[in-house]
Amino acid sequence: MRLKTTLTSAALALALAVTSGVQAGTLEDVQARGVLRCVVSTGIAGFAAPNASGVWEGFDIDFCRATAAAVLGDANKIEAVTSTGKTRFTRLNAGEGDVLWRNTTITFSRDVGVKLRFHGVNYYDGQGFMVKKDLGISSATELDGASVCIQTGTTTELNLADYFASNGMSYEAVTIETNDEARQNYEAGRCDVYTTDASGLASTRSALPDPDAHMVLPEIISKEPLGPATRHGDDQWSDIITWVLNATITAEELGVTSANVDSLAGKTGVSDHPEIRRLLGVDGSQGSELGLANDWAYQIIKQVGNYGEIFERNIGVNTPLGIARGYNALWTDGGLQYSPPFR
Amino acid sequence: MTSNRNKSRSLVLRLWRHQESRAVIIQILTMIAIFALIALIAQNVVVNLAAVGKEFSFGFLLWPAAYDITFSPFIEYTNQSTHLRAAAVGALNTLLVALLGIIAASILGFTLGILRLSRNWLVSRIVYVFIEFVRNVPILIHILAIYSMIVVLLPPAKKSYGLPDGIFFLSNRGFYVPSPIFEAGASIVGIIFVLAVISAIIFRQWAKRVQNQTGRIYPVFWISVAIVVGATGIAFLATGMPLSWDIPALKGFNFKGGMALKPEFLALWLALSYYTACFIAEIVRAGILAVNSGQTEAAHAIGLRHNRTLQLVVIPQALRVIVPPLCSQYLNLTKNSSLAIAIGYMDITATIGGISLMQTGKEMETMLIVMGFYLVISLIISAFMNWFNRRIKLTER
Repeated sequence: MRLKTTLTSAALALALAVTSGVQAGTLEDVQARGVLRCVVSTGIAGFAAPNASGVWEGFDIDFCRATAAAVLGDANKIEAVTSTGKTRFTRLNAGEGDVLWRNTTITFSRDVGVKLRFHGVNYYDGQGFMVKKDLGISSATELDGASVCIQTGTTTELNLADYFASNGMSYEAVTIETNDEARQNYEAGRCDVYTTDASGLASTRSALPDPDAHMVLPEIISKEPLGPATRHGDDQWSDIITWVLNATITAEELGVTSANVDSLAGKTGVSDHPEIRRLLGVDGSQGSELGLANDWAYQIIKQVGNYGEIFERNIGVNTPLGIARGYNALWTDGGLQYSPPFR
Repeated sequence: MTSNRNKSRSLVLRLWRHQESRAVIIQILTMIAIFALIALIAQNVVVNLAAVGKEFSFGFLLWPAAYDITFSPFIEYTNQSTHLRAAAVGALNTLLVALLGIIAASILGFTLGILRLSRNWLVSRIVYVFIEFVRNVPILIHILAIYSMIVVLLPPAKKSYGLPDGIFFLSNRGFYVPSPIFEAGASIVGIIFVLAVISAIIFRQWAKRVQNQTGRIYPVFWISVAIVVGATGIAFLATGMPLSWDIPALKGFNFKGGMALKPEFLALWLALSYYTACFIAEIVRAGILAVNSGQTEAAHAIGLRHNRTLQLVVIPQALRVIVPPLCSQYLNLTKNSSLAIAIGYMDITATIGGISLMQTGKEMETMLIVMGFYLVISLIISAFMNWFNRRIKLTER
């Protein structure tokens, strides 16, 4: 895997050179293939990681499954295209994946410079620091001179440089290719500090042998809105990804869950609420306007669940990661998750 | 009309049947096919980049890189420097590890190769097992193994080994040694040192001439050492020892002061060196065995002692067999250094071909720069080794 990742950039540059032009009709391609290819990480517990039987699971994987449910009618028809932080955009742009669901921060340079299309935020995050408790540190401002483990190819490198420079502190950057290796280095004491997005820190901490010996410092040094991305040049596909995400959020807001969706969508009963009726395809033709089956959102909720269900199942307070909703609560609960209306 | 067509067809047929012209025709057709393929690939790149709305340009090299590179021993670099400068830092780091790797691999490789031929059964077997083990395991595994050994087995900074305590420090943050601080007068010592080396070289040439004319042999090596060490030592004492040491000390999280060999550099350098050394050892062994034993016997018969036989008869002939494959090993070592990214050593693949690629999205441009760099370095090494090969080849009289 590692050898592969070190060589992938060159291989993908070559792929750009020899593959025929990227097709505009991603939807037709996916439906003809019968499988949705999602670019995901090489393994971040709770977000995207293979379970004991080798099936990929996690927050990002569930959004990939939701997309497959909407597009193909079957949430299991997905293929995880793993990528490091460094290779993810090249994989997407070279056409190896149809959509990127991979803890990816939306930034100007990625949107404009890397030529990606972003479709909203499925997780509001920020960069933080994790240290061993026995260092006796309580704030990131005490980190002058520390060795810091970072995963390469991420926005964290730039935030880190800015944060230490603006606080007049020095540090030694130990830049590692994947999250797992960075964690091993931190565990072995090669670094004093491990830095990544707070969600990633929670994930990493849960995977350490003794999570209680480590603590996340209170400072959050950046805004990291994580969201899905697609290639430029396919507006229909962009719309689909945007509204798959919005459907999960709207469903939570309207109280539609995988448990009660049958009784709302006309299977065992039907809802009177006009927006629920439109969302689930009882009224109107929103699905066919997107180029999908009219029950696309029903399939998402039935097979995968709404935003809250996806969150709690993979990373919520009752999982090893134990992340509270925080900014990711619905706007009606004081959070930032807010979907445009289905009308 | 008919006869005309017949004539033209027979001309083509005649050309085709003629062996030399047929060879030319085939070569022309092959060249056309190759250039067509290259044009097709280039056109595809342009079309595909245009399809995703990307412009092919190297302008990003002058943008600020915005990321930090901790290991930059040769040039100043901050996160406000350009991507071009980040590429230069990476290139110098690659050159550093490649150069030191080539030196260490050559010394270790020649030693192992000679030990492999030792008449001592135990020594030759141990070296044999070592060589076979090392060269049959992929280099990336060696790099990762050495790196994790350094990081996991060595103690953290606060419990570092002192060798002796208080001056040298070995921990999983690196090997810290005192760095020299030159004071006034140190330049005089430097000049004396250079002069001493020059006089030693002149003495060697003079001694060689004397040997050619009269057959008298001076102990050249020991006299050269005496000249250099003696002259420099006297100058050092006479100028009042203008040298002090900056001794590393633990401050906060890490050591401050002194010089450091970082774990990433150490792991890459060691792994590249001993891995390549095992291949060089086999080349050296093959080279020595390729010299007919009659040569050695003849040299002994005319009264040359064993080490003079090696030096004057065996090695010069063995080198002719050794040098061409040795060049390939140097090229391999240089290119293998790109595996640095696996452990976070900031070489050119990790800087411009890694972080810069990621931050700017210019995968085609950055990969071309990285490929161009390795190509130029490899060609330079090849050119040097070809020159060296011509120098040592058999001069026929």
